[in-house]
Amino acid sequence: MPSALVFFSEFSEAPSKAQRELLTLASGFENPAVAVASEVSAAAQEVLASYGVVKLYTASSQAQVFGQHELSVLDAALQATGAGLVLLANDNFSRELGARLAVRHNGAIITDVIGITGDLVATKDELAGSYSVQAKPTNGTLFATLKPNSIEDAPAAANIPLAVEELALEDSSDAKVRIAAAEAKAASDRPALTEARVVVAGGRGVNGDFGPVEDLADALGAAVGASRAATDAGWISHDAQIGQTGVTVAPQLYISAGISGAIQQKAGMQTSKFIIAINKDVDAPVFEIADLGIVGDLAKVLPQAAEEIRRRKA
Amino acid sequence: MSEESTTPLKIVVLVKHVPDVQFDRHIDSGTLRLDRAESVLSELDEYAVEAAVSIVEANGGFAAGHEVIAATMGGKGAGNSVKKALQMGASSGLHLSDEALAGSDTVATSKALAALVDYVGNVDLVVTGMSSTDAETSVVPAQLAERLGFAQLTHALAVEFDAAQRELAIKRDHLDRTLTLTASLPAVLSVTDQANEPRYPNFKAIMAAKKKTVTELDLAAIGLDAAAVGAIGSNTEVIGAEARPAREAGTVINDSGQAGIALVDFLAEQKLI
Repeated sequence: MPSALVFFSEFSEAPSKAQRELLTLASGFENPAVAVASEVSAAAQEVLASYGVVKLYTASSQAQVFGQHELSVLDAALQATGAGLVLLANDNFSRELGARLAVRHNGAIITDVIGITGDLVATKDELAGSYSVQAKPTNGTLFATLKPNSIEDAPAAANIPLAVEELALEDSSDAKVRIAAAEAKAASDRPALTEARVVVAGGRGVNGDFGPVEDLADALGAAVGASRAATDAGWISHDAQIGQTGVTVAPQLYISAGISGAIQQKAGMQTSKFIIAINKDVDAPVFEIADLGIVGDLAKVLPQAAEEIRRRKA
Repeated sequence: MSEESTTPLKIVVLVKHVPDVQFDRHIDSGTLRLDRAESVLSELDEYAVEAAVSIVEANGGFAAGHEVIAATMGGKGAGNSVKKALQMGASSGLHLSDEALAGSDTVATSKALAALVDYVGNVDLVVTGMSSTDAETSVVPAQLAERLGFAQLTHALAVEFDAAQRELAIKRDHLDRTLTLTASLPAVLSVTDQANEPRYPNFKAIMAAKKKTVTELDLAAIGLDAAAVGAIGSNTEVIGAEARPAREAGTVINDSGQAGIALVDFLAEQKLI
């Protein structure tokens, strides 16, 4: 069984669901180690230990450069561990780190992975989830980026002592790409779209008002998504866009409101476990893939559903 | 005007010929490779062509000696994607076509494309889309930056070029922030569908494109060994592919005033609340 190394840019004592899934997957391999490109608190180290992580490699940097520090941390941890499997998050930044190191060390990279066997056969989605493909590395370390909502989160039964090594790295401040400015994005109390168990998404049919979509999402503890038509109209932030050029989601439950379900949208959500669609147009393509379709006005259906959920929970 | 601002830019735009996403797409059960009939220019690459042509137009135009070379690798049909890029304003085309390229993974693809950029020589900027619409890995631009030793400016939401400094600035989302990143040329730039509005070629542009040169190349021409690419030069192997069973339509109801309740009943039945 190969040894595994997991990479995180940041790791706090309250890890995201996607981070916990990566740790769970790594715990099935030899000597699971973790590399983090910023400071890891004592409480966060305890969380790592609870997933059976035996070694933590860490280094932080104040240099206002982009990507170089993270690349150095992962590269150094890879050299130190000689890991046969490097596990990364599925976001663009993480997959680019894996991609560069796969080139640098003549290894393999497989993205959008939903599972990996002990002999490194990875299962992934292809063609927007319409195919399931098995692929394996034929040379070098396998860099795999894991899609959120793929693995059942399960901490190890017993804590193993965690050894911590501070990496000594060269200064990365002469890197090619500099951070000239940074602007914080509006914070949200809702779960992250890519890893939410439930997603409520609105499209053209919300007609400028995301209120009913947000209200139902909050009743369900869900994330809010949108079609490209809605983000292009400026009704909601581009970050909420689900589909081919936005994020891909695979929640337990996807509620689509006022979205026709054109192919670009379908590409971002068709591997959801259950799909419920509300649309005024009986011919909307989304009804072809919905487990429950409601032909009706979302401005009436969503508030009624939200109220009923709150009533039953009370 | 400073000397730098008059130095012509040599830009390579990488375009990919992909199966049209409007149709059903298939993976061949024998070869485990994508069926490439009914292919078109990857929609996301139109943003790359637009970004490259816009930089030229904002800095003296093609009359100032700038070049935008639309380059692709792939079978015979891939030449059509180069033609589309020429109609959108690219100045010339390159088509790397060789049997040995079939089955290349991202590591092998980036090797071939880096060799193509080296073949062109003295390239200042490589521009790509944010992702292909077929494999959707989004990793080849980063791999090219690694191989070429160029600055990596990827997933740009917005692009600005400072001709005097020969420096690019982009906006990119990262974690909970939107960053402004800057780098000097040479660079690999990938642009998202937020970066611009790709132009629609008019009749004049379509006619003008017919006069532009497309150079066909094989691996030997760019000095790359056939064993470096294709399935042999790849570090991954696809060993199985199954079509997921198509989703079936479930119950469709008309709202007669109680559909919100029916929705919650469904959630309760499926133990989703």
